[in-house]
Amino acid sequence: MSTETFSPKILVFSTDKISDPGIDQAGLRKLHYSPSVYVISLPCSSGIKPRWIMRAFKQGFDGVFIAADGHECSYSPKCAEHTNTIIVESQKMMKENNINPKRIRMAALCSVCAEPFVSHMGNFSKILSELGSLETEVYKAQ
Amino acid sequence: MKQRIGVYICHCGGNISDYVDVEQLGKLMAKENGVLISKNVMFACSDSTQKEIEQDIEENKLDSIVVASCSPKLHTHTFRNVAIRAGLNPYNYTQVNIREQCSWAHSDKPMDATIKAYGLIRAGINRVSYSEVLESLEISAQKVVAIIGAGVAGMRAAVDLARMDNQVYLIEKGNTVGGHVAQAGRLFPTNENGKEVVDRLYQRIRQQSNITLFTNATLEKVSGSIGNFWIEVKLGSEELKLNVGSVLVTTGFDFYDPKEGEFGYRLSDRVITLPDFNKMVENSKGKLIHNGKSVKSVAYIYCVGNRQSKGENRYCSRQCCTAAIHSSLHVHEKFEDMTAYHLFRDIRTYGKQELLYQQSSKNGDIYIRFEEKEPPVVELKNGNPTIKVKDYLTTKRELTLDTDLVVLVTGMVPRTDSNSVSSKLKIPIGIDRFFNEIHPKLKPVETVIKGVYIGGACQGPKNINESVQSALSGAAKINATLKSGNINLEPIIARVNADSCLWCGKCAEVCEYDAISSIANGGKLIAEVNKATCKGCGICAPTCPSNAIELAQFTDNEIESMIDGLMSKAEISPRVESQQNNQKAGVQSLAGYPKIWRTIANALEGNTLTIPQIAEKIDQEASLVTWHLMTMNRYGFVESAGLNDNEDYFMYKLKK
Repeated sequence: MSTETFSPKILVFSTDKISDPGIDQAGLRKLHYSPSVYVISLPCSSGIKPRWIMRAFKQGFDGVFIAADGHECSYSPKCAEHTNTIIVESQKMMKENNINPKRIRMAALCSVCAEPFVSHMGNFSKILSELGSLETEVYKAQ
Repeated sequence: MKQRIGVYICHCGGNISDYVDVEQLGKLMAKENGVLISKNVMFACSDSTQKEIEQDIEENKLDSIVVASCSPKLHTHTFRNVAIRAGLNPYNYTQVNIREQCSWAHSDKPMDATIKAYGLIRAGINRVSYSEVLESLEISAQKVVAIIGAGVAGMRAAVDLARMDNQVYLIEKGNTVGGHVAQAGRLFPTNENGKEVVDRLYQRIRQQSNITLFTNATLEKVSGSIGNFWIEVKLGSEELKLNVGSVLVTTGFDFYDPKEGEFGYRLSDRVITLPDFNKMVENSKGKLIHNGKSVKSVAYIYCVGNRQSKGENRYCSRQCCTAAIHSSLHVHEKFEDMTAYHLFRDIRTYGKQELLYQQSSKNGDIYIRFEEKEPPVVELKNGNPTIKVKDYLTTKRELTLDTDLVVLVTGMVPRTDSNSVSSKLKIPIGIDRFFNEIHPKLKPVETVIKGVYIGGACQGPKNINESVQSALSGAAKINATLKSGNINLEPIIARVNADSCLWCGKCAEVCEYDAISSIANGGKLIAEVNKATCKGCGICAPTCPSNAIELAQFTDNEIESMIDGLMSKAEISPRVESQQNNQKAGVQSLAGYPKIWRTIANALEGNTLTIPQIAEKIDQEASLVTWHLMTMNRYGFVESAGLNDNEDYFMYKLKK
């Protein structure tokens, strides 16, 4: 598939206190990003279950982005560590299902990170475009 | 699974519907499983729409509702209250953000925005169909407030909170109270001295036995949450741990410190900042003397360190124009034969302060307008300043001014320690580097951290009046929250499936609040969640090997069905301009819009009327009719029919 026409579908797990306001601010300031980016909001990035990530891939998302709370987390000082454990666990499951581990990405986003969010979406879309659609990747592996 | 769902998709004026085909989505959602009612509404948050939703819930026995409009940060409580008023559990409502995260973010691609909105609303419907009835948790709250910063805003808020029977800890980093106002000299509009104002407030604080003032106190650590924060304060070598229910941050601002050489600053003692000039004026008697030399002429250079189109301080500090002109008037009153040059970019003496500008002009002060691209140049000869400036109010002629003193009208900047306060209290910092409220209009003193409020100039440039107002607003909010001694917390907490839990303890290991412990149940140990101490973070959920613990409202069913909904295939048709539809359908096309639109349209059927005539005919306030009629005009439902016979009002008619 041509990278010019392929618009990778990205599921973002965001957090309501930290990264949501930053993502909202991107919209408020009309900083455009791909309309194939969808956001699900949770209280904390350490509460994401690997099975949700796998569900996203199964349903056709090409990538999953975790807007992590990191040291900004108001719940746990070990939030970055916990979120990282979830990613490692998810990547194991992804490998078992012939999904490239590069299709999951994590970055800390704060409540005013409007530009960084748009930039992350642009960069991740580029990486996913180079990988091609998930459907093609899984098919090739089989 | 819910089977009687109501879906409300908001136009938000045109904020959403200018880009997202709301009308088409309304029709598509009506076909979804479980959806009984699907409407597109002009303003979901308006009183009339709220009442309409309540009526729908009651008349159609809706078991859940989805509102697709703006960010949940803004109106979650509005629509939860709608549900409560109609007898529906507030947690059987889901908010879908199709404005900040859709119509605005993808205003460049309206078709794609509509497709995305379709997925988002489908996800919302899926989620709400798994929603459960949840009951709020009530916790006891300390009627104790910590106020960080004892400037006038913090002091005034302390007095009011204390008078409302709250114990107040007023924590000041410096060794005196009053902040910048204590040194400000004469203040507009009462001409009181800043020190007098601070002294008066200080006396009121001393009279309140339930205010404890700590000076030379630094905020070290904050833990806990609304109703029960723990604030660690350092007082010299001593450390205190204060248990408070809420926190008000009034840490104020710093004046911009000009760089060396900026308009000759620090290169000559004849270039000083406005705060220093005010102190000099306050301390001089008979003659204005600076460093032993008589001062007869002063040039004020405005907007120093603010409104920088390429710098980091892009904002306007809004109070400095008034401060400079007020200072100039004071100089004229106090000393004879003074000449004042005001080198400004724009004069922003809004409100009552405009009278000062008029008085200053009458006094013969000379106003010279420059532009940022060609700022005044201060040349120093033996330390004496000469200013060259192009006068943009005339023919951009370059003027040369020899003055005894150059006063830099410096704006406000965030305090250097604001990052430290922000990190301890988790208050977000805005793009201007001041503290960020949740919403400038709807939640102007609330932060995203429940129980933590901001007031005064720590959230952006304000004059003293505005600073005190915002701090008092925070005080009122805090009192309303703590007044009953109890706070209702959201019931979004973890819960355990007793059948599948095998108690491995992993969930308890990651819980920072010791909210999980083991309990005997049916001959085995299982995890038990303490409802009062669980913060609803959900960190425990992914750690469970048997998937036996989950967070209410974020269950597998809810999140996984949302993911499925996002990827729903949309059969969206290219948009047909609603105005064309309106032209064809006339008044009939107003179904789904506010009821008052239909009333206005009926009044205009076959008539051409002015706004007062419409108001009289439908028995409504003219201001309300004006507001709705202008929106109807924008959406092409009505049009102007020229002036009436007296030529005092425009006539309006239905657009055919």
